[in-house]
Amino acid sequence: MSKAPTSEPINTDAVIIGAGPIGLFAVFELGLLDLKAHVIDILPKPGGQCAELYPEKPIYDIPGVPVISGEGLVEKLLQQIKPFSPQFHLGERVESLTRQKDGSFWLATDIGTVIEAKVVVVAAGGGSFESKKPPLADLADYEGKSVFYLVRRIEDFRGKRIVVAGGGDSALDWTLNLAPVAKSLTLLHRRDQFRAAPDSVSKMKALVAEKKIAFELGQLHSLEGEGGKLSRVVARREDKSTFPLEADVLLPFFGLTMRLGPVANWGLKLEDGLIAVDTEKFQSSEPGIFAIGDINTYPGKLKLILSGFHEAALMAQAAAKVVNPDKRIVFQYTTTSTSLHKKLGVS
Amino acid sequence: MPKITYIEHGGKKHTVDAPLGTTVMENAIRNGVPGIVAECGGACACATCHVHVDEAWKEKVGPPSPMEEDMLDFAFDVKPTSRLSCQIKMTDELDGLVVHTPAQQG
Repeated sequence: MSKAPTSEPINTDAVIIGAGPIGLFAVFELGLLDLKAHVIDILPKPGGQCAELYPEKPIYDIPGVPVISGEGLVEKLLQQIKPFSPQFHLGERVESLTRQKDGSFWLATDIGTVIEAKVVVVAAGGGSFESKKPPLADLADYEGKSVFYLVRRIEDFRGKRIVVAGGGDSALDWTLNLAPVAKSLTLLHRRDQFRAAPDSVSKMKALVAEKKIAFELGQLHSLEGEGGKLSRVVARREDKSTFPLEADVLLPFFGLTMRLGPVANWGLKLEDGLIAVDTEKFQSSEPGIFAIGDINTYPGKLKLILSGFHEAALMAQAAAKVVNPDKRIVFQYTTTSTSLHKKLGVS
Repeated sequence: MPKITYIEHGGKKHTVDAPLGTTVMENAIRNGVPGIVAECGGACACATCHVHVDEAWKEKVGPPSPMEEDMLDFAFDVKPTSRLSCQIKMTDELDGLVVHTPAQQG
């Protein structure tokens, strides 16, 4: 559910959904054609998969760049698009997208940001990053009532019997933050080692030693409760024996995965969960909504960053015609065009 | 050519050719074997190519590396035979390898 708008709608030429490498480069290509862009991403930082999944892994197939890390590429792209001053809305997820009477689009995010734009560019990669859900029977009944994947307000958990499952930084951080308010807190993890900041691990172990929290070795097995109200989390040991943990709340932290998310509900023609586009404009079945990068599909599609860059360039030409139907686009090179040099701030 | 057999959670078997040096994940993706997502494309960064190595093959395949063991914290239904299939490279010794895909990757 998206909240009520918190402010006046923002007006812009283009909204780019996804701040991965392709979304970022789209800012550049749109900018060269004088289109202003706002960029929305569910992650708290730009970079998409490059930042979230493989910041340190080398990429070898960016033309002219023999090797660069995911993080390095994002840094360079941010530098490249700086002259166009893109506006970022990070940590937000686009919930609804509707067309208005004048043909422009109205977008609302989960925290109430509203943007009116003439074109929409979906550059959402593999979809939005969402918390991994443990494979437990009837999980959906408990979600939002007793099972949460994020903590918005610590106070909501005061006096509760909490089970935190997982062994990464999120699991450890929330164990430490919720321990003071919880009635009881049990950290459940499959091994006695943690892939988390050593300082958090030692703090957690100190709390266990003081008997302020409990640590149990095991994995999630099942949930017990009624009508979405949890009473026990059943855990399983490595030898397959199970044991119950009294609980009002379960917080599973198993990292993020990509799901198509709300994009699936916007009435766009999909093929195998990807947005079908043409290869002239990279436009979806809805005029004015474009899709570039890993989220789109067309005959011969390759999920490569370099393909996404090409798609961004052609998309921008088509988007410019939607935004300024009467303006003739003069094709120019960044090497020689004085007007492009001015836009790039290099004249 | 070495072969790998993937057994889905529901019991369905898929046997595929697996060239030397390729990973168990790559061969699943190339042959459209369900149950292996490999979201990160083989960077040992997502734990969505989790498999349970068949007991009979556990010794030959060997244990996960420390980094892989860390990533397994983000998988579900982790067993002593759990591996990330992007980290298992095919060798002649692994010809005939059998792996089981879990009920859910993420």
